[in-house]
Amino acid sequence: MSKTKKKVIILLSIAALIALIPLFTLKGAEFGGSDDAGSKVVSQITGTDYKPWAKPVMETLIGGKLPGEIESLLFCLQTGIGVGVIFFYLGRFVERTKKENQKNKTE
Amino acid sequence: MNQKERKIVFIAIAFALIFGVTPVANAMHIMEGYLPLKFCIIWGVICVPFLAAGYFSIKKTLSNNRKSITILAMAGAFIFVLSSLKIPSVTGSCSHMTGTGLGAILFGPMAVSILGIIVLIFQAILLAHGGLTTLGANTFSMAIAGPLITYAIYKICQKLKVNKYVGIFLAASIGDLFTYCVTSFELAVAYPSASGGIAASAAKFLAVFAPTQLPLAIIEGILTVVIIMGLETYAKSELTDLGFLNGGEN
Repeated sequence: MSKTKKKVIILLSIAALIALIPLFTLKGAEFGGSDDAGSKVVSQITGTDYKPWAKPVMETLIGGKLPGEIESLLFCLQTGIGVGVIFFYLGRFVERTKKENQKNKTE
Repeated sequence: MNQKERKIVFIAIAFALIFGVTPVANAMHIMEGYLPLKFCIIWGVICVPFLAAGYFSIKKTLSNNRKSITILAMAGAFIFVLSSLKIPSVTGSCSHMTGTGLGAILFGPMAVSILGIIVLIFQAILLAHGGLTTLGANTFSMAIAGPLITYAIYKICQKLKVNKYVGIFLAASIGDLFTYCVTSFELAVAYPSASGGIAASAAKFLAVFAPTQLPLAIIEGILTVVIIMGLETYAKSELTDLGFLNGGEN
């Protein structure tokens, strides 16, 4: 295994650990969004229950809150688009590098 | 930028200065409807010159080298992925990364404003995450202020001859943290605390965001380093064209 490969694997494992450890150590935590937590602080500071003056476009369109499952579907869609693009191009680069290396060898 | 482009950016800056200057002592996603209208407009207008500069910056990069569009697409996709992953953090709440570091390091901070706003619009419309009214404020914190800091730190590390990967790591993670600092500031300006004013309010918001974001910033730094390592291995010619790799300097 090359040195870079090893480095990449180690780095990715560290990243995964940082993400997973809280899940196991903080049992029973809610893991709500911190964006929402921010909204709570707004209410705290202004002293009153803050009423947002605009509603998200989707909520207006479907006339209610976006169902949790649908929300996660859309989040997945976003991730999917991103991952697709990254690895489509990365795959092309990998193949190209391979071909170039072969060409260099035969020459 | 040519003459005409420069003029447009200049006009946009003037526009922003006229409408955007606030009596504030001059600061991630703020939810839809959570900023008063006045602040929505101010932050939106401040973003305009950056977006214009970003558009021309991307145009210039692409006209210099058509091939870099693939890397640009990847930098945009990187933001897409990272900002969609909600990750649990030590405080017991979830947050997500920004992913803007990669674009800022490869294409400069301005180009990221365009990439970032695309993601933010997607999330605001489809996901009810962030919002159209707060788009300006969110764009400013995530796609403008964060990348600027990332770029600055990356350049400083380069000057100081810090190890390249360490520099990238620091740049990406501090940029991520800074994004949330700016968000806290944006909220604080809109909601100054009755007793301590803007500063007290900012501290309060920061106390919510910072501990959650810290581990995520570290992850973001690591992922940015990993993807750059990958690109260095397989897309050497593109990175060299972008001026990221300066011929056998490495």
